[in-house]
Amino acid sequence: MPAGNVQELQSRSQRRPDPGSVPAVIAPGQTFTSITDQISGFILTRKSPLLWWAAFAFGIILSINLLTIVTLIFYRGVGLYGIQIPVGWGFAITNFVWWIGIGHAGTLISAFLLLMNQGWRNSINRFAEAMTIFAVMCAGMFPIMHLGRPWIFYWLIPYPNTMTVQPQFRSPLVWDIFAVSTYFTLSLLFWYLGMIPDLATLRDKAKSRAAQRFYGIACWGWRGASLHWRLHETASLLLAGLATPLVLSVHTVVSFDFTISILPGWHSTIFPPYFVAGAIFSGFAMVLVLAIPIRAVYGLGNLLTERHLNNCAKLMLATGLIVAYTYVIEPFTSWYSGDSFEMFMVHNRATGPYAWAFWGVIACNVAIPQLLWWRSFRIRPKRLFFISAVILYGMWLERYMIIVTALHRDFLPSSWANFVATVTDNALLYGSIGFFVLMFALFVRLLPMISMYEVRELLPFSSPAGGSEK
Amino acid sequence: MSAPANFVPVSALRPAPEAADRRYWRTLEEYEGRAPGGDEPRQAIDEPPPSEESRRKFLSLMAASFGLSGLTGCTRQPTEFIVPYVDPPEQVIPGRPQFFATAIPLNGLAQGVLVESHLGRPTKVEGNPDHPASLGATDVTSQASLMDLYDPDRAREITLHGDPRSWEAFLRALLVALEPVRARKGEGLRILTETVTSPSLGDRIQAVLAALPSARWHQWGPAGCHSARSGSVLAFGRPVNTYYRLDNADVIVALDSDFLCCGPASTRYARDYSTRRRRGGRVDMNRLYAIESAMTATGGKADHRLPVRYAEVETFAVELAQAVAGQSVAGSHFGQWTSAVARDLLAHSGSCAVIPGEHQSPAVHALAHQINAALGAVGQTVVYTEPLEVRAEDQMASLTDLVRDLDAGTVEVLLILGGNPVYNAPADLDFAHKLPRTAFSAHVALHADETSAQCQWHLPESHFLEDWGDARAFDGTVSIIQPLILPLYESHSYLRILDAILTLPGRSAYEIVREYWTKQKHGADFETWWRKSLHDGFMEASALADIRPALKAANAPSLPPPSSPGALEVVFRPDPYIFDGRFANNIWLEELPRPMTKLTWDNAVMISPATAKRLGIEAQELVELRRGGRSVRGSTWIQPGHPDGSITVHLGFGRTRSGRAGNGAGFSAYLIRTVDALWSAYDLEIHKTGDSYPLASTQMQQWVEGHHPIISGNLDEYRANPNFVKESQETPPRELTIYPHWDYSGYAWGMSIDLTACVNCGACVAACQAENNIAVVGKEQILARRGMHWLRIDTYYQGGDVNPSAYYQPVPCMQCENAPCEYVCPVHATAHSADGLNDMTYNRCVGTRYCSNNCPYKVRRFNFFLFQDWVTDTLKLQRNPDVSVRSRGVMEKCTYCVQRIREAEIHARVDDRFVRDGEIQTACMQACPTQAIVFGDINNLSNRVAQLKSEKLNYALLAELNTRPRTTYLAELRNPNPELGEVSHARG
Repeated sequence: MPAGNVQELQSRSQRRPDPGSVPAVIAPGQTFTSITDQISGFILTRKSPLLWWAAFAFGIILSINLLTIVTLIFYRGVGLYGIQIPVGWGFAITNFVWWIGIGHAGTLISAFLLLMNQGWRNSINRFAEAMTIFAVMCAGMFPIMHLGRPWIFYWLIPYPNTMTVQPQFRSPLVWDIFAVSTYFTLSLLFWYLGMIPDLATLRDKAKSRAAQRFYGIACWGWRGASLHWRLHETASLLLAGLATPLVLSVHTVVSFDFTISILPGWHSTIFPPYFVAGAIFSGFAMVLVLAIPIRAVYGLGNLLTERHLNNCAKLMLATGLIVAYTYVIEPFTSWYSGDSFEMFMVHNRATGPYAWAFWGVIACNVAIPQLLWWRSFRIRPKRLFFISAVILYGMWLERYMIIVTALHRDFLPSSWANFVATVTDNALLYGSIGFFVLMFALFVRLLPMISMYEVRELLPFSSPAGGSEK
Repeated sequence: MSAPANFVPVSALRPAPEAADRRYWRTLEEYEGRAPGGDEPRQAIDEPPPSEESRRKFLSLMAASFGLSGLTGCTRQPTEFIVPYVDPPEQVIPGRPQFFATAIPLNGLAQGVLVESHLGRPTKVEGNPDHPASLGATDVTSQASLMDLYDPDRAREITLHGDPRSWEAFLRALLVALEPVRARKGEGLRILTETVTSPSLGDRIQAVLAALPSARWHQWGPAGCHSARSGSVLAFGRPVNTYYRLDNADVIVALDSDFLCCGPASTRYARDYSTRRRRGGRVDMNRLYAIESAMTATGGKADHRLPVRYAEVETFAVELAQAVAGQSVAGSHFGQWTSAVARDLLAHSGSCAVIPGEHQSPAVHALAHQINAALGAVGQTVVYTEPLEVRAEDQMASLTDLVRDLDAGTVEVLLILGGNPVYNAPADLDFAHKLPRTAFSAHVALHADETSAQCQWHLPESHFLEDWGDARAFDGTVSIIQPLILPLYESHSYLRILDAILTLPGRSAYEIVREYWTKQKHGADFETWWRKSLHDGFMEASALADIRPALKAANAPSLPPPSSPGALEVVFRPDPYIFDGRFANNIWLEELPRPMTKLTWDNAVMISPATAKRLGIEAQELVELRRGGRSVRGSTWIQPGHPDGSITVHLGFGRTRSGRAGNGAGFSAYLIRTVDALWSAYDLEIHKTGDSYPLASTQMQQWVEGHHPIISGNLDEYRANPNFVKESQETPPRELTIYPHWDYSGYAWGMSIDLTACVNCGACVAACQAENNIAVVGKEQILARRGMHWLRIDTYYQGGDVNPSAYYQPVPCMQCENAPCEYVCPVHATAHSADGLNDMTYNRCVGTRYCSNNCPYKVRRFNFFLFQDWVTDTLKLQRNPDVSVRSRGVMEKCTYCVQRIREAEIHARVDDRFVRDGEIQTACMQACPTQAIVFGDINNLSNRVAQLKSEKLNYALLAELNTRPRTTYLAELRNPNPELGEVSHARG
């Protein structure tokens, strides 16, 4: 872009300050160059801040721990978990549902908000999508690691084989395979596709031969031609169109893992919307838990503004209220069913051995998020970070509660027993968090964590009308 | 061992021993006793054995090598002629098992069984339908006896101080030791046995005593029927054998007797009891009263149960005797109980029985004889015969005599044939320290146990499936014990060892038994008779004749001296499964849930809820029990229905040298059991230690908590409204499923379980384990709720915890037609067969466990680890070749013994016919003493199972879930005495 044009456009934007009451998506005073330099600088020139090294070390250590545990599980068996009869599912499935749910915010931001023309998403979509990818990677590990014989997990996938046996398609676990693998594939494609122009920028700006080669190969020969942009835009929209239903369908299918059963506490028609809302709820919490420290450490306050925090917090509040609604509806339907097992389940959940989990869930997911009605809790980073962390924990606990309380006391009292997590259970959970942190640290170091070209679009002079918003 | 570096002692490779060559030595000179100056080599012998570690390692290496050398042969049938139960094939056909009749001796008394043999390997024990103690069923012990045979920890070689020796070396040593004894006509020779009922063994012992008249024979069985013997001496002036014919008994009073589950005749009693209970279309029921000092399976089954302290049972017996004799019992300690029970008994004179518990006092036994006589029950329901024992004697006195002589040093040669007195003799006899004072001691036992460790010689005993013998059943019927397999190790029978004393080198057990019976049987055709006896599994008409011993001039029953009610009472009982400790290393029995507590791998200090509260004791708290200067630590179990002020401990645990499974399981109550307190004591102190000790129960929740798995009602209620069960049930319509309907046009396998009949003995669970190669998981995994039993008996309490009613419910797989497990399996690992079985394809299972989560009955079991032992050779020999051995990571569950179903179907197809009713017996059904379980084709309405399912009491567990289970239950009916009021009922 000729320098003269930029100057001219900039002066135009300065002449016309944003008349609306809505705060700007990004801070004023940005230029194409400043944005590109700022973001690519994190990768190409700036040294990594101390906190990055801390996160990287944390991730590496926990990932090694994860590998160790996984090896042990393969070697000894799933008896290392706290699971038993009757509680046949424990941490592994809890973690799976939790991680998959977290991924949902990324897809919502990148695809759904793109279709909705929400320009503010441009500064957060890249790392939210990365979060999705890594969360799904973490999630995908657990269904395999919870199998009694994990080395034959592929029997759940339909493939031509000499046994001529195919998966049993009535089982929601098979649906899961489709849902999760579709989700991962599409998210990965979408993320990568969106990154191509930025990778080309990095190729152009890179000084070292290695970086040039790396980014050069990764950007598939992007030249910034109009044709490229047009095709890119079309592909993005198409993928967004495909990804948007996934926001709803993936967690719906995950919820089928429970609803298809006959267990009180699992067998419930409200689960699909409940799970989707919960997923987005926890996903935005994770976006904020990631964004707030990054914003502080990398000085991204100009691109990740109060407006972003505010919007994410509002979405959290809204989905949180849906979740709270289902918490109310569940006991009602149990009572309304007149089924003694259903009623017992609700009663036992609130007063039984796992009452702490139930009330913890209520506190973390219903009570504390109500603070978000106050603006200061939505825009003050530390407060928001705290609430988001609480929600993340609360949502994990919710899945734990759903799985364990339904199983530990089901129909015949003779089989009742309490679940107690083992060291392995905890190590695997923390290991997956470590792996996630490691992947995210690598992402922040190696790839543009904020979409340069999309943020550039937010500049007032990038649109013909000169508006500040798309 | 500190040997010079360049010197590798060959003898270091010898097994470092149980009782051991205990010398430490530094040089060869020292080893040979040429040590320069100082130490007397003999003195060093009493030093402790080398480190346990090296001994263990060595033994396991030896075990492995012996296993490799000894177990490679395919067929190990005995060389002598044994007769198969059914027409024998020309030769063994691989894949087709043979059955041989034999008998299992427990505490001297036999249960007749048929043992299944696959290519010469005994793999399963079934009841002998013609044997009076079995009638086709078995008890738990019989089912688990195979595990004794194949126990990898069995003693494998003759040892002297732990060093291996040959049989010849033993005989030589015995001969040398006996030389001076013979010169003194046997003085100094002692033989210690357990209770002997075997005629041929008795004959051999008597022969030894005849040849060496000054020798003495002692008997000691720690959990034997001492009280019954003394009681009959009290009542009749001489020992008699008592047994009951409960098929005629309308009213039964159990005075602290667990006759339905424990004891050598329990299988028969349970059958007779339940047959009588279901007579006349269930409207002509018998009535059972239980007065008991602990919560037992019999008590839980009773129509009325009265928990009283051990000592009060005698008080009750006295009052009952008075009431039956027509005296007034106005000021009874037991309220209406005495008079109500007496009235009921008197109303059924001649068809009632009072059964005293084996471990109750002699006085209770004497009173029971008196009451039974007064009620005219003798000869009707109560039968007396001459004693079954070869020599009925006061075993306590016998053992005390032996210990006195050991003390005096007059015992020179001591042969201990079986038993384990070092472990189980009363603690105050201090047997362990007195035993080594003999010049020559030898112990013959299956395991090198505590007693072996104190004896010089240890000889492995042949298991009853390995060598010949004979034994009497509860009514005197004699069975020949015929072996099915050559001894796995270098083991010998008592018979042979005793014979060796008389004539070297001793004849084989077969020769001895046969010769003995040749002498007894003067009939024309001995060979035919012998073959028939072997074939049938018992000798025809060998039951002892009824006798009518005269009661001694009846002393007016008087109340026993009141035991101070404040004192804490301790009651010793044999464990229902591992008995006096002899089966402590039997992994099946260790892990089999005890009838009421569902405890595994441990015994416990049983205490009532109120007493626990009074003493401030929590459940599973480690407490110290002290009597005099003796103490033992055990974990507490708060038992609903246990009498207050009393503590029950089970014998048989706390072994130290039983083998890997039994060592360290539970605590040894023998440590506080003394000569004057064989069964109970009143000087117990209980002290908290502040520690806790977890107990592994397979059922943590024994209260129904508002759920209704069990439906029961009173007989009167049933008479008034036979439909009460149906009315409490809601069965959804058949169409209420989105999956297409399947028409079961051929066979449709189903099962009916009669809750009225089930007595919670656990035989079905043990049989299932033996038949289906079910793994044992150990205490830790039981604690983690990962037991593998395919069949469980749920035991629930109803009513307050002072005296609740108990209900038993065996729960196998329900084989639901709309199986919730099937549609959630992602890989088709569990699917439905055309005849309605819910099949499990182990090879296809990936282990998601969703099927188990979705099973409302929670009957599925998962291999969380590699629970099966794929390594130990002897365990491989036991396995049923018709059933897969499951590996890690797969789900398993009850299959209705599909291997038996398919086998019968194949036979039927070969013969071009349908499978007949009763042709297929599942393992649980076959073992069940009360015939509570019936299996068959429900499509054929003339089949027994179909008829049972059409009864009005039939109900499906959790029918409202529309699972359409193939296993259904017959609701339990109880027959309470209106005089004693209602019992609380479990109801849907």
